Amino acid sequence: MIAIVDYKAGNLASVARALEFLGHRSEITDRPERIRAAERIILPGVGAAGATMENLRALGLESVLREQVLEAGKPFLGICIGIQVLFDRSEEDGAKCLGFVAGRVARYPNSVDGRRLKVPQIGWNRVRQTRPHPVFAGVPDNTHFYFVNSYYPIPGDPAVAIAESDHGVTFVAAIARGNIVATQFHLEKSGAAGLKLLDNFCRLAF
Amino acid sequence: MLAKRIIPCLDVRDGKVTKGVQFLENADVGDPVAMARHYYRQGADEIVFYDITASNERRGIMLDVVRAVAREIFIPFSVGGGLRTLDDMRAVLLAGAEKVSIDSGAVRNPVIISEGARAFGSQCIVLSMQVKQTGKRPGVASGYEVVIDGGRQFTGKDAIEWAREGERLGAGELCVNSIDRDGTNLGYELELTRAVSEAVTIPVIASGGAGEPEHLRQAFTIGAADAAIVASIVHYGTHPIPALKSYLRTHGVEVREQVTIDTIDKRSIDKRNIDRGAP
Repeated sequence: MIAIVDYKAGNLASVARALEFLGHRSEITDRPERIRAAERIILPGVGAAGATMENLRALGLESVLREQVLEAGKPFLGICIGIQVLFDRSEEDGAKCLGFVAGRVARYPNSVDGRRLKVPQIGWNRVRQTRPHPVFAGVPDNTHFYFVNSYYPIPGDPAVAIAESDHGVTFVAAIARGNIVATQFHLEKSGAAGLKLLDNFCRLAF
Repeated sequence: MLAKRIIPCLDVRDGKVTKGVQFLENADVGDPVAMARHYYRQGADEIVFYDITASNERRGIMLDVVRAVAREIFIPFSVGGGLRTLDDMRAVLLAGAEKVSIDSGAVRNPVIISEGARAFGSQCIVLSMQVKQTGKRPGVASGYEVVIDGGRQFTGKDAIEWAREGERLGAGELCVNSIDRDGTNLGYELELTRAVSEAVTIPVIASGGAGEPEHLRQAFTIGAADAAIVASIVHYGTHPIPALKSYLRTHGVEVREQVTIDTIDKRSIDKRNIDRGAP
């Protein structure tokens, strides 16, 4: 069973539907014992970093995630806000985040070279695979994925990046370190390529 | 750089698509799920369903359509038409839509934009506006006026000002539908589209008038649109989405390339056969 962490926000059901389509059993849950019982954990969603962290703390899930992801080494996938809260802190709401991965989260610039940049970034952007990783197996390099966000991660250690994209700035679009994989883009809304990546995560032996 | 999006729009009444069925060789004619699947496989970047069901008691039918679409279409799709309250929006989003499109309801009650943005996030809220050119005058400085109820009702609101207000209230995207061009196949209202796009920082979707691939190129370049709604140009099969994208790519417009991944595409077909009860 794959636990989809329910932190009372975000777009959880669409990830559950994508997993169902792929034939993987999942459960949307905020119960620590179900997250402990799961084989894998997904933290998906759309939302603000501050509210996400507040909800995770109020539900007692920050410590459960720390124990399961950092200590037990359970396979973990973060999507969209789920990549951003992995870092130490976010400019959004000045939020102190999980700190599983060193680094911070910054806002896209409003303009670049005098030209206005649309923020939030909403739409399909090309993703360059900068480091080979099995989660990308079967997905061509430079494939478009669907993004919805105003903030992007800046890892302390650039070596955790596995993909990048451009929106005014070149930004890290996906990271991987040990049992942790996370993407800025929405796997559940990115057509066949997104489903393939999601399927790869569900099958990978970490 | 973001790809320019092509968004087919399906008008749905009582659970059936009201126009454009010629291209479907084997699919259920008029079935919105079959048509959405068709466009998904053709490489649509997003899909819009516009519910034109007249009676309130039959609106539940649309939610069934949304649920069915969400089970097999894994790109964003939005639902508009008749959404007036937070509960209306919540029902559509819970059924599986990525976004809601609000139109006349937002003109009558602008606070619905900010309430929706606070409850579900700005990225969920598309402010759709119907616009007619009615001449420059005090209150309508641009000469473009917002109309409601399918273009029958004039509001005295300037379209550019309404776009700015919509952004300020928390809309995540703006869809600008020219009533003058709608159904004409003469091309998008480029001046209006550009004026709105320059007035706001959120993405702008051009709507109304596409009849030729060149019209899309114009919307993305001259009109500075981020996305374009297409209806009859794709519904009647004259310009399938891959042909539109190929035209745009040839003319230097960045569009999404559709990838084929055998294991995933095969699953789509297998699942459908199971759903139909095939062996």
